[in-house]
Amino acid sequence: MKYIEPHAHMVSRTTDDYERIALAGCVALCEPAFWAGYDRSSEQGFYDYFSLLTGFEPARAAKFGIQHYSWMCINPKEAEDIKLAEAVIDLIPPFLEKPTVLGIGEIGLNKNSKNELIILEKHIQLAADHDQLILVHTPHLEDKLKGTRIIVDAIKNHPKIDPSRVIIDHVEEHTIATVLDAGMWAGMTLYPESKVTPNRAIDMIENYGDETIWMNSACDWGVSDPLAVPKTAQVMRQRGHDPARIHKVVFENPVTFMSQCPKFKVKA
Amino acid sequence: MKSPPKNPVNLVDQGFMDARWKLLDIAAFLDRLERNNAEDDYRVRSLYAALEQLGNRGAQRTENALLVWSDTTTEPIPAAHTKGASGAWEDGDSSGHNDSSGEPAKGGSA
Repeated sequence: MKYIEPHAHMVSRTTDDYERIALAGCVALCEPAFWAGYDRSSEQGFYDYFSLLTGFEPARAAKFGIQHYSWMCINPKEAEDIKLAEAVIDLIPPFLEKPTVLGIGEIGLNKNSKNELIILEKHIQLAADHDQLILVHTPHLEDKLKGTRIIVDAIKNHPKIDPSRVIIDHVEEHTIATVLDAGMWAGMTLYPESKVTPNRAIDMIENYGDETIWMNSACDWGVSDPLAVPKTAQVMRQRGHDPARIHKVVFENPVTFMSQCPKFKVKA
Repeated sequence: MKSPPKNPVNLVDQGFMDARWKLLDIAAFLDRLERNNAEDDYRVRSLYAALEQLGNRGAQRTENALLVWSDTTTEPIPAAHTKGASGAWEDGDSSGHNDSSGEPAKGGSA
């Protein structure tokens, strides 16, 4: 089964994981910039990270026949320091010219603070100024409902952002309708403990349709599973979904969204 | 637009044993907390509040449980002093007890 992993943090994973997802049918993978598990002490740390995302990781993925794409930003977990965040945002434009960078992400909120919102709005402006796609991280657990609402409002309030060029990731049952009703795409993250399980993700597809929705593993340094997408496809089969719908959700939909960036070369 | 499976299966056959062990594991967790006098915690109270949602019909049990645990305020907080989340909104605890155990905050990474 051919599929796309639209959200994975391979910087935190081993080369064995590239082999495993290639064996499972992964042909392309997208890596948003994120919190590495520690706060970087200067903007130079981000420059090095962005260089890794646009150089080393595409080369590592290519050894297994996987196309690697990335997204640029300073993540909301490091956005409380406004001065640092602004310095990092200033580093981003040259990276947007790289052949494998698809847009701005994963931006958003973490604890829903005032400074996080200021930096989110600066990222939205950056995307508007450079005509970029946007990939959004929504907060964890008890902070998700409030954060999703604030994020959706911030994006809707920007006159130059087309909502169909925005994906709001990590939706759950209490936030998915807010996202889809705003005309944005919804990403479901399949985590063993937090976020959603395969069965809950499939429930949301059955309840909200399969048009502007994708699934990802968001595998990283935490409790996560790089094979979560193909495992969920298997559960879809077991629940009686036909191969065409499974193919749409795990392959065609990511292609449709990311092909809005002409640099994305995978064809449906 | 709803999109049910083209070839429906027997969902009870498929899911009953899975749901059964999960329910027993929750029951055992609550028994363990009670046995060890560890119930006086806003997260445990929120768990009991969420469990009440499971008895309600209307096919929105999951959403309603998530809402029980959610921060329902609308304004950004002044500043973030932590990166993690505990899984239940502490300020939403109606009992007045705000006695977090001091466990590391959870919430995933990505």
